[in-house]
Amino acid sequence: MTALLRRVAPLAGPALRLTWNGQPIAAQPGDTVLTALLLAGDRLRTTLGAGAPRAGFCLMGACQDCWVHLSSGQRVRACSTLAEDGMALVDTLPGECP
Amino acid sequence: MNVPSSASAQPQMVVVGAGPAGVRAAQTLLRHGVRPVIIDEAPLPGGQIYRQSLVPRGSARQRYGFEHKRAAALHAAGAQLRGQADYRARTAVWNATPGHLDLVRDGDLDGLRYSHLLIATGATDRVLPFPGWTLPGVFSLGGAQIALKGQHCLLGPRIVFAGTGPLLYLVAYQYARAGGQVQAVLDSAPLAAQASALPALLNQPGTLAKGLYYLGWLRAHGVPVHHSANLLATHGTSRVDGVRARIGGAERDFACDALAVGHGLRAETQLADLLDCAFDFDVAQRAWLPQRDADGRSTVAGVYLAGDGAGIGGAMLAELSGERSALAMLADCGIRVDAPRLRWLARRQAALARFRQGLDRAFPLPGTDAGCDDGVMVCRCEEVRAGELRAAARQYAVDDLNRLKALTRIGMGLCQGRMCQSGAAELLADCRRIPLSAVGRMRGQAPVKPLPFAVLGKDPS
Repeated sequence: MTALLRRVAPLAGPALRLTWNGQPIAAQPGDTVLTALLLAGDRLRTTLGAGAPRAGFCLMGACQDCWVHLSSGQRVRACSTLAEDGMALVDTLPGECP
Repeated sequence: MNVPSSASAQPQMVVVGAGPAGVRAAQTLLRHGVRPVIIDEAPLPGGQIYRQSLVPRGSARQRYGFEHKRAAALHAAGAQLRGQADYRARTAVWNATPGHLDLVRDGDLDGLRYSHLLIATGATDRVLPFPGWTLPGVFSLGGAQIALKGQHCLLGPRIVFAGTGPLLYLVAYQYARAGGQVQAVLDSAPLAAQASALPALLNQPGTLAKGLYYLGWLRAHGVPVHHSANLLATHGTSRVDGVRARIGGAERDFACDALAVGHGLRAETQLADLLDCAFDFDVAQRAWLPQRDADGRSTVAGVYLAGDGAGIGGAMLAELSGERSALAMLADCGIRVDAPRLRWLARRQAALARFRQGLDRAFPLPGTDAGCDDGVMVCRCEEVRAGELRAAARQYAVDDLNRLKALTRIGMGLCQGRMCQSGAAELLADCRRIPLSAVGRMRGQAPVKPLPFAVLGKDPS
């Protein structure tokens, strides 16, 4: 699996540490959640109807295709939410249909 | 008629959107002694075209290309607003009623009275549906640019750019310059269209030269650029791994890891719709747009329009129309405005409008593509396919987009039809063999931006 995003230039400085479905991922201050997730992978969620993978589309808060969850249950739009140290992100909440 | 009489004594001027139009409008109001409220969804002013990050990366030249000085000037004006006006960042308008806006910020609701409202809500990409456009790796053209200028990241590594419009060449150029592996640029517009548009484009020789520079640079660096190229489908099941296009008479495949696609831009008109502004069909933009007079007045008293949210004109025109609408807001309150400045604005707008007509001719917006077969997902949110739309349209003899929405749920999802409306309208008109204007437009419905469930039931005060 090749990540969908890569940085134009590496960023120095201490990384933020997040988890995605329990797996550790790193981010830099200023990264959006979408950036952090797509630097490490190639999908954000699975649709409820067709069960199809999605990885965002417009990146400007209009298409609503990039919603993920904090493990606390709060829904966040990945393209317009900044990554924070300690964020625990999941694509599906417990009890939710995948 | 919707402006309460008490409001004229104490005007409350509100600008929605802090892109080129909104920033110049608010600056103009401030200059005339009026302190406006500015509502913007982003953390910092600039809009999408001059989007600013809290943590800027790369050089301004890398982010904004030839327009970096224009971007810097707008950012400076925006910074001044943040200090001197009531600037509300990271705030969305989710409903508008006469004299009142409903706002949401960080999950908290708020309300705002206005006597004079300028809607400068900008645009998003217009993307027509095609097989595989929901796959991971397919992004809007504007989205691909945001990844680069906002996050200093590249989609790919191998990427194809498809669709049409001046932005296609700009973003492909920016990607290639930043080290992106641009596999091809697939422009649906024929080369002849660009040649025939030259006289009008020569109204702005500087801007034309930049466009030609991007194209020339891409060609000189070995990036294949194809005209009359129609995207047919993507390859890949869980992620895009290639695209197929018809170029001239032949079909060709291009391997890639990402696809950026945009068939022009579409105006964000929901607030004008909620406020019952009258709309007209625009043939070149293939869309219904709110009516406005030369000074940006809508058909509803107290409601003004500027920038791409009123109809696609580009960032330079947006700055001018923002200023001009602000002058109209002031004049309508009895505040004296600078008449020579108004005449200068009108002349500049006329010249840029002629250039815009040239762009519309050079990059005609494609309509329905025969490649949109019944299996193609049209509504990304509610997952409604082309076949379901056609079946409903035929079974119930539906000619109206809102009726089709009621029958199929198309456009009822979280994006409120922003991503599917253009495609659904084209498809319905084609299916019923009626003009695009005859299917109407999806009516705006509050909330025009999603509200977190947690705010429901909270006291908005």
